[in-house]
Amino acid sequence: MTQNVITAKVPLEQRRKMIEFDRVHKYYGDYHALRGITATIREGEFFSLLGPSGCGKTTLLRTIAGFEDISSGSVLIDGKHMEDVPPNKRPTNMVFQSYAIFPHLSVGQNVGFGLRRDPRSEAEKAKAVEEALEMVGLKGYGARAAHALSGGQRQRVALARALILKPKVLLLDEPLSALDKKIREQMQIELIKLQREVGITFVLVTHDQEEALVMSDRIAVMFEGEIAQLADPETLYRRPASRRVADFIGVMNFLPAKVLGEGNGHVQLEVAGLGQVDVTDEQASAKPQGGEPAVGFRPETLTILYEGQTAQDRESPGVIDEVVYYGDMTYYDVKLDGVETPVRISMRNVFGRPVLDVGTQTRVAWSPGALVLFR
Amino acid sequence: MKFSGLRAYAFLYLVFLYAPIALLPVFAFNDGTVIAFPLKGFTLKWFAQLFENETLAGALTNSLIVAFSTSVLATTLGIFAARSATRYNYPGKAGAMGLIMLPLVLPEIIVAVSLLVVLLAAGVPLSILTVILGHVLVATPYAIAVLNAAFSSLDRSLEEAAYDLGETKWSTFRLIILPLVTPGIISSALMAFTISLDEFIIAFFLAGEQTTLPTYIYSQLRFPKQIPMIMALGTVLVVCSVMLLATAEYFRRRGIAKTGAKDTGGFL
Repeated sequence: MTQNVITAKVPLEQRRKMIEFDRVHKYYGDYHALRGITATIREGEFFSLLGPSGCGKTTLLRTIAGFEDISSGSVLIDGKHMEDVPPNKRPTNMVFQSYAIFPHLSVGQNVGFGLRRDPRSEAEKAKAVEEALEMVGLKGYGARAAHALSGGQRQRVALARALILKPKVLLLDEPLSALDKKIREQMQIELIKLQREVGITFVLVTHDQEEALVMSDRIAVMFEGEIAQLADPETLYRRPASRRVADFIGVMNFLPAKVLGEGNGHVQLEVAGLGQVDVTDEQASAKPQGGEPAVGFRPETLTILYEGQTAQDRESPGVIDEVVYYGDMTYYDVKLDGVETPVRISMRNVFGRPVLDVGTQTRVAWSPGALVLFR
Repeated sequence: MKFSGLRAYAFLYLVFLYAPIALLPVFAFNDGTVIAFPLKGFTLKWFAQLFENETLAGALTNSLIVAFSTSVLATTLGIFAARSATRYNYPGKAGAMGLIMLPLVLPEIIVAVSLLVVLLAAGVPLSILTVILGHVLVATPYAIAVLNAAFSSLDRSLEEAAYDLGETKWSTFRLIILPLVTPGIISSALMAFTISLDEFIIAFFLAGEQTTLPTYIYSQLRFPKQIPMIMALGTVLVVCSVMLLATAEYFRRRGIAKTGAKDTGGFL
């Protein structure tokens, strides 16, 4: 598959600003739905708005499309203010959660719907429709009745219908949430490829953290109308800015910690179950967040040591409290000595290595570099 | 059998409902002026009388004009109201909608008498125009009820999608919403038509010198020798109604097949 020049060559920070939110507020009566959103989305970026339901992510998306007015602040698309531009005049198109396929029209008529005001000849438009269908893998489906399609096919029709207008920004409102798991995962990959190919800026709304991690260049995690963290997937996963973000993205273990001292770019900690640890300032949250300090670590950064194995870095003793077998993986909940709440450890299952039983005394290997300090 | 009591009840209910209607054609073809068994023999003369009767023809014409006008007006008003009720929010909406729907439960005689008083006071001459006025008032809530269902089953994002794809609000209404609510519009028009066609009280009070079909039938019941002809008229009306319902059902099912929606059972 060919890559678009922009998505392939130019680093994100050097690209043109495609969408700029500046202190965007939105009120529904007394309800403060968006609380001062400031963010920039770059040209050709695959950008996700991630958060639990009611966090304002869909509202924010709809302010880009023009379906929601904002109460204050500004939204710019490609450098132009959008306050007085209605949805039908904006350089954006949307894929709706329900797909919004027009049930009384054929697949071809659906895809070509936006071309009604296009001055091109009917033959050229028909060709454009055929090309758009081919792009989403529905070549030859043009004459079919739209209501006879499967969920995945409807999704493709909705994509083709939006992309045929070559918008500057494609908005996707939970486009995969109605599909079953297999088709959803397949569509995730297809969407990434499609986005790289057309080079259009994609803004995706999702509540599925895995989907956001798989697909996005950058992700804005939203809670209660605010962006809690805006970062690329790896940073978000490895260095979540708050306990809340950490909890929302994947699984994060937390252990209570006490700060013994800091300086020279390091923080010395006493962590329950792990003992004394030194972490760097990069591993620590920038500002104290209230509550007791804690360290967090992902299940895959821990390893259960079998008989005769030794840790490369540090190790701590514990007892296996629960075992969950997933086929390729096994999740162990281990109670580290001196800690009541078990920590979750994920282990890839290797041929010839037995799955351990509940109650087994064990040693857990870990590395200080994998810890995140929330204080 | 366990349900035999319920079965008997259902059977008797249906007999009570349809037996009188089934008797209409029996006496319409009976060669005798008395509506009683035994039957006297086959005749078509009541139907012949029917078609020669000019007063009846006038009443029928009036009724058709009134019913057609009521159907168009009530459905048009219903579309506006249903659209506003399902799509927009504004202060006083619940109250306004409630008052609009009130004639559904308001005794018609109250509507008729109060309209009569107002029209007479305003100096408006009574005619089939005033009947249309009254019928629209009564039929519109039914139209709204049917159209509300049609409009509220529309996915709001269909509209937004068309708007997003470059259409204006009006062209979106024309290209997307209207085609999808057409089955509802047809149902509403047919229902308003039927309500108006057999409405008696308002027609009786507001028609002035003119007659509509129901008021004509009522006036003829005083003359026993006219009753077989009324039976013939009833037979014709039953046949027409069945044909009308069948047509409506055909269009409704075709609409559902066209959009692939789930058939949740028609109103009719």
